[in-house]
Amino acid sequence: MLRVEHLKVGGRAAISFELLEGQCLAIQGPSGSGKTRLLRAIADLDEAPGHICLDGEDRNEMEAPRWRKIVRYVAAEPGWWSDTPRPAFPDTPRSTAKRDKLLHTLNLETELLDRPLAQLSTGERQRLAIARALIDEPKVLLFDEPTAALDPANAALVEELIRYQILSEKIVLLVSHNEAQIKRLAQQTLILDTENPTARVSPVVTIPVQRTPL
Amino acid sequence: MTYVQLENTDLILAAILMLASGALSWAFSLKLERTLLLNSLRMVVQLALIGFVLKWIFAQTSPLWTVLLALIMIAVAGAEIVLRQNRKLKGFFAYSLGTGTMMFVGVLVTVYAVKGIIAPQPWYQPRYILPILGMVLGNTMTGVSLVISTFMDTAHRERINIEARLAAGYPRFTALDKVLSASLRTGLMPIINAMATTGLVSLPGMMTGQILAGADPVEAAKYQMMIMFVIAGATAMGVVIAGLGSMMFLTDRRHRLRLDRLQSPME
Repeated sequence: MLRVEHLKVGGRAAISFELLEGQCLAIQGPSGSGKTRLLRAIADLDEAPGHICLDGEDRNEMEAPRWRKIVRYVAAEPGWWSDTPRPAFPDTPRSTAKRDKLLHTLNLETELLDRPLAQLSTGERQRLAIARALIDEPKVLLFDEPTAALDPANAALVEELIRYQILSEKIVLLVSHNEAQIKRLAQQTLILDTENPTARVSPVVTIPVQRTPL
Repeated sequence: MTYVQLENTDLILAAILMLASGALSWAFSLKLERTLLLNSLRMVVQLALIGFVLKWIFAQTSPLWTVLLALIMIAVAGAEIVLRQNRKLKGFFAYSLGTGTMMFVGVLVTVYAVKGIIAPQPWYQPRYILPILGMVLGNTMTGVSLVISTFMDTAHRERINIEARLAAGYPRFTALDKVLSASLRTGLMPIINAMATTGLVSLPGMMTGQILAGADPVEAAKYQMMIMFVIAGATAMGVVIAGLGSMMFLTDRRHRLRLDRLQSPME
């Protein structure tokens, strides 16, 4: 269970919520309302007062790198630290098999791993970044507009992969501008508005969508 | 050892050459006449002042005055490092990083060079301490300011990639390793280049001075080699300390990249 208590992000009123395994919380709001800052605060990438616990363990009791491996932030604009995508993936035999399977699911050729990042399209880089995050099997996934740079066919593939993560008992936070996508994936929605940033916000339970088993 | 003393009229003869620069500025309307004049005057005043100050300090028996002048030199070097930054750390951090590095390296290397290598009796005579400290500070300052400014600029430019690595669960030292090595290389470049061309293109100022003062050129070259080693060692030490210091100041215990600790370049 992910418990967020009195988390202060930007100039907003403290935010609190709880999510169980297999639950997805959508975060909506106009640009500048603090959606990305909220995800970054949960991943402990920005300083933010408040308590965040995962399965009863406070983030501050854990080394930050270990926390971020379990509570994984997937940025809207993915960053890379090598010339080609390959060095960003672990290279044990087990993880390479998993990597190739993930790439296949996301409609990516394994040859892309050795192509310079500058030659890859925005959509290819975004899907590679999603594969990179999923390979560590984090318990909590923080997706920041995961399908924003994708065409409808590839967006559907990513959405399917996120749904699979939810079905396999992961906790998912999803920032998205896509109303239909949120309806299909999330059971709760947190709406951040810019009009009244100091008002208290808490997740609204949305009507659960019928899930089709994979 | 003999050397030809300069008369004040000789200085005026030399200053005539300066007028060539002024003429250049005037002929091409570079509008540098004012700057040239002001900086020439500044140079004359500073050198005259330090000449009299050194003469007075050499005549004192108490080492207190040597220490005081050394501290002033270190403080000025620290302030100059901050001035050369494009993206400065906020507030007190900026000064403590530069000045702290200069203090540590300047004192350690100068004492080692004067007490351990040159070894005059007694070793703390200002005529040895102050010139060596000046050379150590001047060269280390260049390296240190390059390291800090490269580190801050690169970290700012590469923030998305650094944070991607942090988000993937890498510790801060791993996430910033490329930024660190790039800035260390930049900081060491001037002293490496200086060693490569010294004696071929130009004679170093200290060696020239000794030769003009009547010293044997071979002895002057030996002195210069010693100084180059001391300076290179001091620069390497300063560059590493400033690089690691930059990394510590720009991250925190929770392995976050703290770009909020930088001022924007316009301020």
